[in-house]
Amino acid sequence: MAAIWRFALFLCMLLMVSSSDTGHEPPEEDASSSKSDTSSGTDSGHDTSGDSGQSGTDSGHDTSGDSGQSGTDSGHDTSGDSGQHGTDSGHDSGDGGHGGEPITTLPIVSWKWHHVSTPYLVALWILVSWLCKLIIEANHHVTSVIPESALLICFGFILGGMIWGADKVQTFTLTPTVFFFYLLPQVILDAGYSMPNKLFFSNMGAILVYAVIGTCWNAASLGLSLWGCHMGGAMGDLDIGLLQYLLFGSLIAAVDPVAVIAVFEQVHVNEVLFIMVFGESLLNDGVTVVLFNVFDAFVSLGGAKINAVEIIKGIISFFVVAFGGSLLGFVFGLLISLLTRCTKNIQIIEPGFVFVLGYLAYLTAEMLSLSAILSIVFCGMCCQKYINSNMDESSVTTVRYVMKVLANGSETIIFVFLGISAIDKTIWVWNTGFILLTLFFIFVYRFIGVFFLTWILNKFRLVPVEFIDQVIMSYGGLRGAVAYGLATMLDGNKIKEKNLMVCTTLIVVYFTVILQGITMKPLVTWLKVKRAAASELTLIEKVQNKVFDHMLVAIEDISGQIGHNYMRDKWNHFEEKWMSRILMKPSARKNRDYVFKVFHKLNLKDAMSYVAEGERRGSLEFVRNETAFVDFKKKFGDEFTEVMPDIMADTSEDHSGMSTMRGDPVPSVSLEMHEQNMNGVRETEDVNSHHLLQQHLYKGRKQHRHRYSRSHFDVNKDENEVQEIFQRTMRSRLESFKSAKMGVAPPKHITKHTKKDQLQKMPNGKSLDKSRSYHSGDEDFEFSEGDSASGFEASGGSFPMRVTYRAGAGIENPAFMPDLDPLAQVQIPPWLAEAELDSSMVAPSQRAQVRLPWTPSNLRRLAPLRISTHSTDSFMLADAPGAQQRDNERLPPPPPPPPPPHRDDDHM
Amino acid sequence: MGSNSSSMNNIPNAEQLVQETGFSAAHILRLYERFQFLDKDDTGQLRPEDFGAVRELAMNPIGDRIISAFFSPGQETLDFASFVRVLAHFRPADSNRTRDGAQPEPANSSMRKLKFAFQLYDQDRDGKISRAELLQVLRAMLGMQVTEEQLQSIAERAIQEADFDQDDAISFDEFRKSLEKVNIDHKMSIRFLS
Repeated sequence: MAAIWRFALFLCMLLMVSSSDTGHEPPEEDASSSKSDTSSGTDSGHDTSGDSGQSGTDSGHDTSGDSGQSGTDSGHDTSGDSGQHGTDSGHDSGDGGHGGEPITTLPIVSWKWHHVSTPYLVALWILVSWLCKLIIEANHHVTSVIPESALLICFGFILGGMIWGADKVQTFTLTPTVFFFYLLPQVILDAGYSMPNKLFFSNMGAILVYAVIGTCWNAASLGLSLWGCHMGGAMGDLDIGLLQYLLFGSLIAAVDPVAVIAVFEQVHVNEVLFIMVFGESLLNDGVTVVLFNVFDAFVSLGGAKINAVEIIKGIISFFVVAFGGSLLGFVFGLLISLLTRCTKNIQIIEPGFVFVLGYLAYLTAEMLSLSAILSIVFCGMCCQKYINSNMDESSVTTVRYVMKVLANGSETIIFVFLGISAIDKTIWVWNTGFILLTLFFIFVYRFIGVFFLTWILNKFRLVPVEFIDQVIMSYGGLRGAVAYGLATMLDGNKIKEKNLMVCTTLIVVYFTVILQGITMKPLVTWLKVKRAAASELTLIEKVQNKVFDHMLVAIEDISGQIGHNYMRDKWNHFEEKWMSRILMKPSARKNRDYVFKVFHKLNLKDAMSYVAEGERRGSLEFVRNETAFVDFKKKFGDEFTEVMPDIMADTSEDHSGMSTMRGDPVPSVSLEMHEQNMNGVRETEDVNSHHLLQQHLYKGRKQHRHRYSRSHFDVNKDENEVQEIFQRTMRSRLESFKSAKMGVAPPKHITKHTKKDQLQKMPNGKSLDKSRSYHSGDEDFEFSEGDSASGFEASGGSFPMRVTYRAGAGIENPAFMPDLDPLAQVQIPPWLAEAELDSSMVAPSQRAQVRLPWTPSNLRRLAPLRISTHSTDSFMLADAPGAQQRDNERLPPPPPPPPPPHRDDDHM
Repeated sequence: MGSNSSSMNNIPNAEQLVQETGFSAAHILRLYERFQFLDKDDTGQLRPEDFGAVRELAMNPIGDRIISAFFSPGQETLDFASFVRVLAHFRPADSNRTRDGAQPEPANSSMRKLKFAFQLYDQDRDGKISRAELLQVLRAMLGMQVTEEQLQSIAERAIQEADFDQDDAISFDEFRKSLEKVNIDHKMSIRFLS
């Protein structure tokens, strides 16, 4: 404890030093710089209270040294804005700071706090706020009782207290500029972007009524009542006129979206109630800002100059601002949609457009003095559908996540700073009457307003808003940062009691967010408010919903009325006909049906759980084999039916898949056709090792993928690799097929293989075998190097072996198959035949071993140089059978229904 | 509404219809006007062709099914009483449930609404939605946008989801169960203007 206090004192001293240095800077800059010191201080004090004294001294030492330097630094660049300076001289800062002074020696490092102070502080505060959230969320027992927003505010109190303790003034408060320009837009954009449009528009009427009439009602009733009480003498001596009361009323009238979402998303009320509260809070922010501006202008004009004309102007401006803002947002939404139509080639920054244009929508509205909040809400709502289908799926995910990061992050910061702002003696002006009456009126008028408006609305609503829902709606009238931001924007010169208003606003915010927030959940439970049913996605439901929609439209048509459904249907038609056509990529338009999307989503989910299940069981092979098989069967299965009656006869799907894959219409019989038997063995070996490599090595042709690229996100979607995986699967299936068919149990096959290897080595003697094995490896390598799906097929003619191989594995080019078939029949690819021979335990003839295959690469094997490679190759060979065995056991799915004996009968 | 010639007195059995369907007299009156509008040849009976006058219905993918739902099986014509009775399915549920008891279930109960929806699928009225029947509806609704194969698999999947007794068809009970989470009252009600 003592350590902390010492530390705090120390910090305080430091701050005084640094602030005296930076005294000439604009106040905001000053504030932020000292804030940064403090924040770092509090940070470390908080985390490491044990040795904070030590660290404090350290940093103190540094800072004081630096602050002296920075004093000189800022001393000579009196141009003013240090932020500007920082950015300008970011590069040459090394000498920039000392440029004016003759330096005696080259400084190796220098402390340049003032270069970085502003961004540094910003980053630091973001970090601190988020750490607060981290701490809060660490314990769910607390957050389940007290909503996160309330906890964040409390954390803000603590942090504010630390700053106050160190500084004796509150150097960091939430300034309107920061709030309205840097914190609010992303929260609102996110709300708009993730707005359930259908729900929103089907309750649009009610939402508008609450947002516009309700807010006006709140503002007017509060302002008038307070004024009345003032007149009645309930508040003592205050210098506030009627207009100022109304101004105050308007700034505090609006329910705050940030606070409301934060509380309501933890309570899970039913969706209609949620959309009402949520929609209202979003829209009435726009309304309240407009009202505020109108009244602010009235206050500036002064009571005397306000006549009917001005009032009418005010009303007109209200509508212009609100609808103009919405329209502007709509236009920007269309712009985003249009833009994402053609961003295919710059996929990486594609998501960025959404944010930049969204922000521009906000700023443009602000510039035209339209409602910026409404603008960005509608921008988000309008573009969501089109950008989601225009952009790449990963971009959509990016947008969604970044949106959430920004929104949630700035929401956190807002609440923390709401707390920090409270710890400031200068704003606290206590007037019991004013504050308590405000709280009381806000609470009561909210109830009155909601109940009255709902009473009217229920006469028109298909599904009336229930009494309990009304209670929750009224009780959920949380005020938040927007009100505070507006309050701090008040002009202290015109409004004498600005501080009282700010302080009352803060109290209202705390009262509603903390107290009402905490009691909301118990209240919802106690009143048994209908909760949102946690339902999983089912296709039948979606289909049925669509049927319902069509049905209702039809019924409205038949009964001859223009109702809600009729309008929606008309809108849908219009949307489909025009907007989708213009705003959506043609390719995206195709599969945009909702039911289909749900279907797609469900399928993805299934696939994922399938894979997860497979992984849990330890292998994913079954997935691969299954797919390969399915594809295969679909494409070629029937083509070969007549060619291979014997295979198809035993109806094993496995068989048909295998044989077709081989592309060799003469299955086991090919054993008899072996004029070239002699070189067959060697080739067999080639094929074998080839095969092994094929199965166990990825081909070295994608190095480029590891390179860093800023403009491409290379996911593993190389065609070649897909091809390769397919080939591997096919090979392994072939293997299993052969062994099963020949009645060779894998282990047996392996022994044979190794034996044969040795057998082969013996007679040949010399280095022949080694080099040969090298050769095969080499060949394989070369093969894989050059192999790209099409290129290979082109070269197929010259290398029959490869052709066959390809023909077997290639699904890429079905048209190629028929050409090949006769060819294969005539030419009997001996190596493949031998491959079979190999696995079917036919011992190679002596002749075959002596005869050299006459492929050009064979010449090389005579070169003694090759010996050097021997070790690796033989290693590979030795290793291979084992691997192969593994594959045989593992890769192929256990052959379906017809058991091995049956097959034996067939072919032996 | 144009000619105000019609009044409650002209409508046959008006009182009884009000009693039976829960529509107010004003509703009935308005629907009667609509009925007369559709009934071009003034026979007091609607034929399926008469619905063709409603242009929007032709654009509705399941419009013909809905029209045929108005006609009980084997019947070629539809009188006003049946017309209202069908429409009564779409009345919002009454908030005051005083009619319970010996009375038959009113048409606007969730159960009757669901039954109506079910019969849109179940064209052969065998009490089950077969795969083919579901496929027809699906094809009507999203035929343009997806391939036949995709349609097949969607139907397949939808059936699987609802089919608890594995008979490859959805019975009414299964249908009801699979839509348990849906608020039928909200989804199958419209506001009738009076």
